[in-house]
Amino acid sequence: MKLLNVFLLGLVIVLFSAGCSKDKDPDPINETEGLQLVTTLSNDNHKVNIYTKSGKLQTGYNEIFFQVKDAGGNLVDNALQLEWMPVMHMSSMSHSCPASSISKKENTRSLYKGFVVFQMAGSDMEYWELTIDYSVGGTAYEAKGNIQVLEASKKVVQSFLGSDEKRYVLALVAPSEPKVAVNDMTAVLYRMESMMSFVPVDGYTVKIDPRMPGMGNHSSPNNIDLTQGTDKLYHGKLSLTMTGYWKINLQLENGSGTVVKGEPVTEGNEGSSIYFELEF
Amino acid sequence: MSNLFLLLQEKYFLPANFSKMFRFCFIFLLLCCAGGYAQSDSTHHRDTVKAVLLEEVIIVGDRPLRNKTNKPLANLEQYLEKANAVNMIRRGGYAWEPLINGMATERSVITIDGMRIYGACTDKMDPVTSYVEITNLEKANVHSGQAGSAGGATIAGSLDLVRKKNTFGAKSLKGIAFAGFELNNRQKILGTGINWQSPKTYSSIDLTFRDADNYKAGGGEEVLYSQFTKYNMSAIAGFKIDEHQHIEASLIYDHAVDIGYPALPMDVSLARAYIGSVEYVRHHISSSVHQWQTKLYFNDVTHVMDDSKRPVVPIRMDMPGWSKTAGFYSRVEGTTGGNNWKLNISGHHNYSLAEMTMFSNTPDEKDMFMLTWPGVQTNYGDLYGEASLPVGHNLKAVLSAGLALHNNLISKESGLESLKIFYPDMSRSKTRLLKRFSATMQYNKNHWLLDAGIAYGDRAPSVSEGYGFYLFNSFDRFDYIGNPGMKNEKSVSVNGAAAFENKAFMAKLSGSFFYLTDYIIGMPDNGLSVMTIGASGVKVYGQLKSAAIFNTSLDVNYQLTEKWYWTNKLGYRRGTGYGIGNLPLIQPFTYASAINFKVKAFSAELSMNGAARHNKYNSDFGERALPAYTVFNVMASQRVRLAKTSLQIKAGVENILDNNYTTFSDWNRVPRMGRNLFINLVVVF
Ligand SMILES: [Cu+2]
Ligand SMILES: [Cu+2]
Repeated sequence: MKLLNVFLLGLVIVLFSAGCSKDKDPDPINETEGLQLVTTLSNDNHKVNIYTKSGKLQTGYNEIFFQVKDAGGNLVDNALQLEWMPVMHMSSMSHSCPASSISKKENTRSLYKGFVVFQMAGSDMEYWELTIDYSVGGTAYEAKGNIQVLEASKKVVQSFLGSDEKRYVLALVAPSEPKVAVNDMTAVLYRMESMMSFVPVDGYTVKIDPRMPGMGNHSSPNNIDLTQGTDKLYHGKLSLTMTGYWKINLQLENGSGTVVKGEPVTEGNEGSSIYFELEF
Repeated sequence: MSNLFLLLQEKYFLPANFSKMFRFCFIFLLLCCAGGYAQSDSTHHRDTVKAVLLEEVIIVGDRPLRNKTNKPLANLEQYLEKANAVNMIRRGGYAWEPLINGMATERSVITIDGMRIYGACTDKMDPVTSYVEITNLEKANVHSGQAGSAGGATIAGSLDLVRKKNTFGAKSLKGIAFAGFELNNRQKILGTGINWQSPKTYSSIDLTFRDADNYKAGGGEEVLYSQFTKYNMSAIAGFKIDEHQHIEASLIYDHAVDIGYPALPMDVSLARAYIGSVEYVRHHISSSVHQWQTKLYFNDVTHVMDDSKRPVVPIRMDMPGWSKTAGFYSRVEGTTGGNNWKLNISGHHNYSLAEMTMFSNTPDEKDMFMLTWPGVQTNYGDLYGEASLPVGHNLKAVLSAGLALHNNLISKESGLESLKIFYPDMSRSKTRLLKRFSATMQYNKNHWLLDAGIAYGDRAPSVSEGYGFYLFNSFDRFDYIGNPGMKNEKSVSVNGAAAFENKAFMAKLSGSFFYLTDYIIGMPDNGLSVMTIGASGVKVYGQLKSAAIFNTSLDVNYQLTEKWYWTNKLGYRRGTGYGIGNLPLIQPFTYASAINFKVKAFSAELSMNGAARHNKYNSDFGERALPAYTVFNVMASQRVRLAKTSLQIKAGVENILDNNYTTFSDWNRVPRMGRNLFINLVVVF
């Protein structure tokens, strides 16, 4: 009996210490926890690890995080003058897409973040390339590489020519986890100035009309159209009365109240030409 | 055997001098709170005695067998329908919803032996009355208005289904077996029961089975989806502690499957209830306190709506609902200074949850889900007392008063969030104080009994009215949205009755008038988009400034000769709402007459019942005018005794002329049953 006790005690100690050693983490503060690696861009000095929550890049709004590591595998926390440039190389031409500025994520040492809105997915022939420029200790660097952009399963970005002959990109930011409730809805709106330049649009209104096409195209009450907040994003309220597939019909209205794209949903018109989709 | 017969009692109490009554009520409640009722010398009187007297005046001439009920094995609904105060909303062959004084179940309190039960269906397909069987019950007490509202706050009145009472006694074992068949819908009824008693214990158990196919309306047209199958088991056991104390445990298990609702777009695959209680009774406590009765109870109701039997639906869906209630009451009855009084403290907790899942017609699309009852708790505490005061030689005042605390709490976070779509500022919890009182004067001399009363009561919105989320009403074809912010609905009512009785003749005229303020009703909101495919619009529960309902009935019974007995009944109601005209589901002029012949163990009856044209309807609630109708029935019964066994055979034909008709209370105007041949056999051994 005594022997058994000693044996068991020994076993417990062994297991415990094994567990402890496994827990030992070389990076005590894991700033990328909850994120998944998408790809790594590299140059001679650094590796730039790109992360998103899903580990994928998709059409629409993507919140993107990255870390820069030097040759010794140490995280670089003093990168400055960060800029990025996504470019899609198509057979006949190249173009960019809306992208935010880059900043360090609050309360982190070495994690940089921003967002990019991809209007379309890449393929073998037509692909996206991401270039990240930064400087460390006064020296400028560039990391560059192809990235895979997948088609999102639901429509979450619209790129269109308005009646004012301007090209716009409108992308859904939130809700990313919709509920049967009044959801906070957020979107970003950009105007295309040139193939390579997209600028945020101020003072517009994004009118929303959520519908369930699978159920007689019913709507929901107490939605609030999206208007621009102090953070420059467009915010509104989206009521979803049940789970399932929702089509959020959109109309884009400029500062003087003129609708530049989209049509109201009526008896004869089941949906607008611009819309987002949600399914939960 | 006579226990199988349900005696319907309608109690009318009547208020008197208003300020006196008010003062009395106030003192009364104070006394209750102080718990000093036993020493109290205040002049209490016993209303129940007088009320029962009034009942007896009406029922005395009615031997159970001669009771206006035609079939011993009729369903409970058919029994209840005989009461003047009661109409039944019919959505098919099963689970009719009782209307009391022209008001639906939100406005009444329906209890089983004082136990509160909440149906689990958002579409009212399972009123409390659907979870019991006639074999479980001895009688149903119908109280109009506030009188006798021990069960809780009410507007229209209360219906208490009283379970069969077993007793201690000399050792005996009795059995009963019964069988019935109805030709029209091929309903098979089978059942059995065993009754045991001894000086120290009693117990009984009974089982009932019913199975029906679709019924046929007059003219032979089959009413699809009107089938049902029901199993019911009831057990009761008592144990005597000593001469003046005993305990009793009881259980009802009711299980119905494959129930069609021809008036609705969905059927029910399962409706199930467990109804259990434990009771402690003590009597002869002192010279002034006769009885103290305390009961703990619990019930659990499951209701599963399903449309799998319907070949064509716009979208497939499942709609299950659950309701659980736990509660208690403690009731003391006594006599002080020759006056009878009763005090009742009760409380219950209910949890109601219902959900809806719709399966998209588009392949691979996710199911659509919502909470139609968002996990609503009802917490309720109640204090109630009734007493009677002699005012003169033949005159007495019967008083009752109650005070309740009512709380609703949404316990599902997701449910609260979904309701906040409509009410962004609503709070999770809402508490209300509910008040009720009544005062009745009763005058009783020689062959006459007169009474007149006045009452006040209020109520909280029901779970659906307060918290329902897109509940489709297939009658007016609107989706209904609850409104948690509504005020209490209030009612002031007056009622009166005059009865005359001598050896051969009985007549009773009674009437009541309810004036309701903040009357709760669905109001169309054109700005809202329907959820249900094909619905006409959305109604949100709101409150009318006022509504008024008038009820009247006349009973005239005459014992023509020793063998011939003639009963007659007339009824009429009128209901209007401020700004909307006629209230829906209000009974037009109706009549019933029966002539009964009885000699020794044989009896036969020819009866007719009908209604005048229904033209006080409201088309905004899906109603339309209805023609008058008259239906004739005939039946005969023979009792045979063989040693210790007695056999009763009853057979007859209902709707002899095979009329195709529908009444004001038929949901979506689904026609009633056509000609029906029935036979009931009951063996007691
Ligand atoms: Cu829907
Ligand atoms: Cu139901």
